[in-house]
Amino acid sequence: MVAALFFGFAALLVVTSLMVVLHKNPVTSALFLVLAFCSLAGIYLMLRAEFLGMVQIVVYAGAIMVLFLFVIMYLNLQHDVETGLQIAVRRGLGWFVGALLLLAGGALLKRGWALGPANDELPGAEQGNVASVGRVLYSRYLFPFEITSILLLVAMVGVIVIARGRTRHTAREGGAA
Amino acid sequence: MAALWSIPAVQTATWAFVKVMIILNGMLGVVSYLIYAERKICGHIQARTGPNRVGPFGLLQPIADVLKLLFKEEFIPANANKVIFHIAPILAVFPAVVTFSVIPMGPPPMFVATDINVGLLLFLAMSSLGVYAITLGGWSSNNKYALLGGLRSSAQMISYELAMGLSTIPVLLRSGTLSLVGIVENQAGWYALGRTPLALPNWGIFHWYLILPFVIFLITAFAETNRAPFDLPEAEGELVAGFHTEYSSMKWALFFLGEYMNMIVISSIAVTLFLGGWHGPGLMFGANGWLSEGPPWMGLVWYLIKLGALMFFFIWVRWTFPRLRYDQLMGFGWKVLLPAAVVNVLIASVWLFVRGGM
Repeated sequence: MVAALFFGFAALLVVTSLMVVLHKNPVTSALFLVLAFCSLAGIYLMLRAEFLGMVQIVVYAGAIMVLFLFVIMYLNLQHDVETGLQIAVRRGLGWFVGALLLLAGGALLKRGWALGPANDELPGAEQGNVASVGRVLYSRYLFPFEITSILLLVAMVGVIVIARGRTRHTAREGGAA
Repeated sequence: MAALWSIPAVQTATWAFVKVMIILNGMLGVVSYLIYAERKICGHIQARTGPNRVGPFGLLQPIADVLKLLFKEEFIPANANKVIFHIAPILAVFPAVVTFSVIPMGPPPMFVATDINVGLLLFLAMSSLGVYAITLGGWSSNNKYALLGGLRSSAQMISYELAMGLSTIPVLLRSGTLSLVGIVENQAGWYALGRTPLALPNWGIFHWYLILPFVIFLITAFAETNRAPFDLPEAEGELVAGFHTEYSSMKWALFFLGEYMNMIVISSIAVTLFLGGWHGPGLMFGANGWLSEGPPWMGLVWYLIKLGALMFFFIWVRWTFPRLRYDQLMGFGWKVLLPAAVVNVLIASVWLFVRGGM
């Protein structure tokens, strides 16, 4: 039962990830990426990381991909506008990174792989891992957590400053004209 | 057959299937009569009678409506992205149906389909997936009004989701669990108000630090379901019909179905988090007195009463308040609801910590 679910989610993940890369239409690619995130969430659930699985859907599928979709829809990409050289460079990089990932995967496979968590004695398995994630996040990893939040705040302020600066500029131009 | 039935997995699967079928078909029936109720109530609010021609009191009107929708011509606009145009209405219904799998409609195990320990997160995840239906429906129609409606809706839903998520946090602080059954069980019984002999049900809404979250949750619920006064995505004065301008026949009906199912789901979550779920006085003259919990089916009745009251509230608000302007909507969400929710989380956590509840 568990194995069947795992292979189902894994097959779905592989197929949808391939479709993200191979499909011509950018909107369809983005939607396949959403599906890939959802099947990844399924695999997280099977690893008994239910918090991670749900947050994967809330954050990646529900928030980030919606913004991606917005950008793609606004740009209205229809065909490749790049020259042959740019595509060649990108393809070369893609092959390189792909080969690296394949090597890493092979190394992992060689060391033996298991369905489900590597060790069954997960911390806080009986109280659910939301509580244990929270406890670790707010004690041992408090500093990285706070640093990350400051980083996100800076990014947000930066975006607002850039957007406001541009509108003020255009407003002055409009007034001069 | 008996040997097969003795396997626990087979029993679980069978009961799960039966529950899914009951919930799914029950929802479809409830939604069609919810639309009838909405038309009746709106009629009376506007001093008319509402539908009263088909059957006694117009009770067969939903069936006539569905038949009409089934036989209508299905129209697909030129240059529409056909695949996504077909998928979008399906996406409108599926998050609501999935969320219903974790809602406790009565005491477990009888009236609970599943009880997972991240039930509330599943609800938030599914409500965040609800954006796709409207965005994609609007975009794939290749119509500027539909696109504008879709974009408005996604901005609105993303903005109000934050306040909604924050408004559930005081509930979690109080119950200490994300499981919806656990949250309801935490609201059992009665509690005395200070030193007075006056006792209140131990529901979330009767605790002072959960009143503001309840109000915020209800307001964001209107925005998440795109109901008036937040129905900007389908503001007919400016956008024809918004994201479903180009939809006809059963595809349009699916969007409609999704909206009403989302209303039911979000009201159920409000009942679960703030109104004590299935808890209520049993009203049975038994050994324990009429204030104690009744039999399990009484829990289902209480859940349905509370749900019905919230649904009536949804409809009442829609036919009472005018629509907000878009900038008012965004300003209200970001400048009023979100800070209020954050402050309330702080106050509730300090209070619970000082009182020693954590």
